[in-house]
Amino acid sequence: MRGFAKGAGIVLAGVMALGLGAPLAAQPIEDTLIVNEELEMTTRIPAPEYMAEIFDEVISGWHFRTGETRDMQRDDFDNPGMLFAEQGRDAWNTVEGDAGHSCASCHEGPESLAGYWTQNPRIGGDSNGELWAAEQYINNCRETRMEAEPWGWDSNQMKNMTALIASQSRGMPMNITTDGEYAEHWELGKEIYYTRYGQMQLACANCHEENNGQMIRADHLSQGHINGFPTYRLRTAGLVSRHNRFRGCIRDTRGVPYGIGSPEFVALELYLASRGNGLSVEGPAVRN
Amino acid sequence: MKASQKILSLVAGMFALGGTALHAEPVHPDEVVYEDWLVTESLSGEPGDAERGYEVYTSRSQGNCIACHSITALLEDVQWHGTVGPSLDGVGARWEEADLRGIVANAKNLYPDTIMPAFYKSSGFIRPGQRFTMQPAEEPLEPILSAQQIEDVVAYLLTLTEYPE
Ligand code: HEC
Ligand code: HEC
Ligand code: HEC
Repeated sequence: MRGFAKGAGIVLAGVMALGLGAPLAAQPIEDTLIVNEELEMTTRIPAPEYMAEIFDEVISGWHFRTGETRDMQRDDFDNPGMLFAEQGRDAWNTVEGDAGHSCASCHEGPESLAGYWTQNPRIGGDSNGELWAAEQYINNCRETRMEAEPWGWDSNQMKNMTALIASQSRGMPMNITTDGEYAEHWELGKEIYYTRYGQMQLACANCHEENNGQMIRADHLSQGHINGFPTYRLRTAGLVSRHNRFRGCIRDTRGVPYGIGSPEFVALELYLASRGNGLSVEGPAVRN
Repeated sequence: MKASQKILSLVAGMFALGGTALHAEPVHPDEVVYEDWLVTESLSGEPGDAERGYEVYTSRSQGNCIACHSITALLEDVQWHGTVGPSLDGVGARWEEADLRGIVANAKNLYPDTIMPAFYKSSGFIRPGQRFTMQPAEEPLEPILSAQQIEDVVAYLLTLTEYPE
């Protein structure tokens, strides 16, 4: 008897979840993103082979936002993130430090870094075999080449600069390497992605993989890609770095996040960026 | 002992028992007895209060169940119901009290991979923090809901016996 009643309960629960009683789950919105009427962005693509078991399609967070928020990203005059990128451009041209250089002294215009963001984070010439995020490359230039104070990872100066550099690659596909010397970092990032942290025992995958498209209270859950970072968030009216977002999502599980700038978060960044390989760089994107 | 005395002491004994039941210590989260997923005894030793249970269900600082679930009867009163979990319409008709208590206390006994947090659990976590402060917490933690809050929300769920048209 009990067993039967329970079986029926589970079946019914499933039926009701689909029925009219429940608010309909909001699917990603059909739309096309063209910035400044000229730059066409790739915001959904068939999942690459290594993601095929997880998603049919890889979809930018842009599709999960409301019409108003999506519209702000169509034109640089409406995208407040671009104002911060412009502040980053001022810093780019400002001489600082004992060596008497600005970024421009060596790199010329910021467009010289076009394409760089598609492979952020990466193991590069300066990083001595370590996996470095953009913030680390920037601070390395400041400390060793400009002889200037490093910027805080999450400081406004740093976010303005990463917004400027990301925006130089807008429209280009994310192109993260996952094998070879990257493999161990990628594996660490993946392990973090599937670990259930905090008193709520929630992994990134529980929300962004299993439940994207669903509503968690008023929030429309996306696939949690990072091609739009640093993002301009309406809620805080400022730029948010990738690591700051990771920290917030782990804090919300009643957990203890890894530090901003920690090797764990750089590895997570690599893994997440690779999940969105092929999506256009959108940074600075607009999100709520 | 005379028969009348016997009866008296028996009655006294019953009172004593009743007394402990009424003011029982809540069962510690680590000591809850699950039969499969069922928990048959009240966790607080006291009955639940459905009105307080409604608060537990809707309040962000308590159960925040509404973040994942929806209930048709509440759609007008409270904005934004989640769709991550099933609608709880009729949940009090399809489950018994012991089922609901067990599911709310630790849904993972019934649904091993569920996203639903265990609301009456205090140890066995990875990098647990003190609520949302990001400060490390020592186990055993205070469970997310108290024993009485679990009883209250279960009492509320038991009032949801109807499937709306
Ligand atoms: C004195 C010259 C100099 C200055 C000043 C300088 N850089 Fe560099 N920067 C370099 C060199 C050289 C490299 C290494 C390029 C390579 O490995 O191919 C580099 C690398 C980088 C990289 C990594 C690029 C890559 O392709 O791996 C970034 C990002 C960067 N710099 C940003 C900045 C920023 C932002 C500033 C100003 C805050 C700045 N740099 C100031 C010379 C400079
Ligand atoms: C309880 C659910 C939940 C969990 C668990 C969770 N997130 Fe999130 N996350 C959200 C919500 C809600 C948002 C805002 C809406 C959206 O974009 O999904 C968000 C947004 C994001 C975004 C921004 C996406 C964009 O387009 O700008 C990233 C990146 C992200 N999360 C990464 C993570 C990572 C990494 C983890 C694991 C460490 C994680 N999240 C765990 C709920 C969650
Ligand atoms: C993070 C999302 C989430 C939260 C928060 C949550 N639940 Fe759930 N709940 C679920 C999911 C998902 C299921 C379905 C089980 C499964 O397959 O994972 C479920 C199942 C249930 C069931 C069984 C439903 C049925 O019809 O068979 C009950 C009862 C329930 N939840 C009650 C609650 C209560 C009460 C709270 C608050 C104290 C709560 N839930 C909070 C996600 C959640």
